[in-house]
Amino acid sequence: MRSRLRLVIVFMFASLLLPGCTPQTASENSITLDFWAMGSEGERVQGLLPAFEREHPGITVRVQQIPWSSAHEKLLTAHVGGTLPDVFQLGNTWLPEFVALRALAPLDNVLSAEAQADIFPGVLAANRMNGHLYGLPWYVDTRLLFYRADLLQQAGVARAPQTWSEWTDALHRLKAHTGHAPLSLPFSEWQTLVALSLQQRAELLRDDGRYGAFSQPAFREAFAFYLGLFEQGLAEVGGELRVGNLYQAFADGRIAMLVSGPWNLGEFERRMPPGLRDAWGTAPLPVPDGAAYQGRSIAGGASLAVNVKSPHPQAARALLQFLSAPEQQLNFYRATGDLPVRKSAWQLGNLQQSARIDAFWQQLQQVQGVPPVPEWERLASLVMRHAERVARGLESQEQALAAIDKETDAMLEKRRWLMERSAP
Amino acid sequence: MKNSAAFWFLAPALGLIAVFFLLPIAAALLLSLTDFDIYAIGDPSTLRWIGLDNYRQVFEHPLFWTALGNTFYFVLFGGPLSVGLSLGAAMLLNARLTCCRTLFRTIYFLPVVSTLVAVAVVWRALYNPEAGLLNQGLSLFGIHPIDWLGDPDWAMPAIILMAAWKNFGFNMIIFIAGLQAIPERLYEAARLDGAGSWAQFRYVTLPQLAPTFLFVALMTMIGYLQLFAEPYVMTQGGPANATLSLVMLMYQEGFRWWNMGFAAALAFVLFVIILAGTMLQLRLQRKGGG
Repeated sequence: MRSRLRLVIVFMFASLLLPGCTPQTASENSITLDFWAMGSEGERVQGLLPAFEREHPGITVRVQQIPWSSAHEKLLTAHVGGTLPDVFQLGNTWLPEFVALRALAPLDNVLSAEAQADIFPGVLAANRMNGHLYGLPWYVDTRLLFYRADLLQQAGVARAPQTWSEWTDALHRLKAHTGHAPLSLPFSEWQTLVALSLQQRAELLRDDGRYGAFSQPAFREAFAFYLGLFEQGLAEVGGELRVGNLYQAFADGRIAMLVSGPWNLGEFERRMPPGLRDAWGTAPLPVPDGAAYQGRSIAGGASLAVNVKSPHPQAARALLQFLSAPEQQLNFYRATGDLPVRKSAWQLGNLQQSARIDAFWQQLQQVQGVPPVPEWERLASLVMRHAERVARGLESQEQALAAIDKETDAMLEKRRWLMERSAP
Repeated sequence: MKNSAAFWFLAPALGLIAVFFLLPIAAALLLSLTDFDIYAIGDPSTLRWIGLDNYRQVFEHPLFWTALGNTFYFVLFGGPLSVGLSLGAAMLLNARLTCCRTLFRTIYFLPVVSTLVAVAVVWRALYNPEAGLLNQGLSLFGIHPIDWLGDPDWAMPAIILMAAWKNFGFNMIIFIAGLQAIPERLYEAARLDGAGSWAQFRYVTLPQLAPTFLFVALMTMIGYLQLFAEPYVMTQGGPANATLSLVMLMYQEGFRWWNMGFAAALAFVLFVIILAGTMLQLRLQRKGGG
């Protein structure tokens, strides 16, 4: 008797589960677009979508918010499992990987030629591979200096540093003034080291991405400068863990400078106490001594990509067109603080009025992407692993650079094999 | 006829085991002989059979030996600490003089059933080098603040401490069951022979607990060799890879970089290590017991 009851319960549960397994078929003239976006973008983009749905009555957009920390794994897993959404946000440096996976639909004709010319060229170039555009830039990201202008002044430095030696000097003075290592330089952010090496015109990879070029003088200089900041006690190894809340530390003056991106514009505006509202500024990254200011920084940001297997390619294109129109770019900037990729959106909103944002505009004129190889994220984590080992005194710079090249070459073995195979 | 009825009764279970257990193992074994990676997901024709090359690469991987060392560190120090704590707590709770046993049993078991992520948040606060309770306690004894999770020398001890605290309750329950199964007359006899409490523990409790001990030690070792969640939520394997375990390395290679062939090979290496550890323990215990 009891076992029969159990059987009934099992069937009840099974019947509950069944509708969840069958694909949801909406009525024929309405389409549901799945859209994955990360972090706060995922949350705030939802405010823009009602306008899109009004313009396109047949389309409903379902946004899924994914945390940045697990986004890369999640997207890859979803691709393998065949559950990638129609449209998704993609970090620029992940693009080559998804192109190698053949997960992305080419987007060459989504925007007109004029509209494409309206996008920062370095950023657009980072989305082009094998002659096709695979990601539509959504917002730009580059790294530059955030600093406490008041502390800098008190330490006797008149303006934000423009060269590496001015930078080191300013940091020494700040340290003498505040008594703390003034620069926050976490090893989890490879962008800073790579941006410094781009200023030295480092290639990073040579022979069309076949081998590592980290032992070459250009990267070597940047590596030495970066690690010198720790050696001289201007940045603290693992300081970000000790500091805990960065914004609190920046307000206390325990941290007086950091290299960061546009998302922190909004964060600092929100989180600085009223007395410090005007006490901080941004400036393009300092350049190697003797080089022209401003130098380069890294072309980052996120793009929108379309799943090659999406059953609704037209609707997906419409969503992309909507989100990259200058007005929506401006709305998105107002909601998130993410900087628009369309130059006309900057004019439309008069963004350069703010000196802090203008620094980004200046820096964005000279940005460069990382080598477009699918292995990039892995390579970056390898470089930072060795940088951390040197900073902690576990190996010398020479050993680290040799090891980085050796491990890079091993990592790129398959890429070389594929390139040789496809070559005649 | 009789046999076929038995077969049909077993069939559902066997089917499940075959589909969800044996098949994946066989697939993983095949996978470990290939260089399956993101290129192969995109275009299967780029998949190469590379035989045992992945296994060679495992031993040449710059982080394999680090991860192996960290894992052994965790097992060799964390395992005995955790089992010792469990036994100690079980003895205390089993003592007749202890009051509110059920209450304490519940309290000690609570960490086992709490979510690791929530526990990690609390322990991160405890370990905070400036405001953390642990360092403030230590400072009362004049000990300088320790950067628990940020210093490569202290990160693993910090993980061990937390893991031991989180897990000892489970083994404690098993030990309590073992202790309650020891007949009271053995202790009476020992006392009549003039045995003190240490001698009673050494010559009655421990030998009687031997089977429980073997089980607990084995399960703890097997579980601890698969260390993953604690460093994953507390340190992400850092600082300077001081808390990178074998399973974390496997996860990074497999699911962050999609080097599935390599990760599968690593999984089989870990399997062999666990098997060897288990056999070693069984042999040692047999020798000790016999």
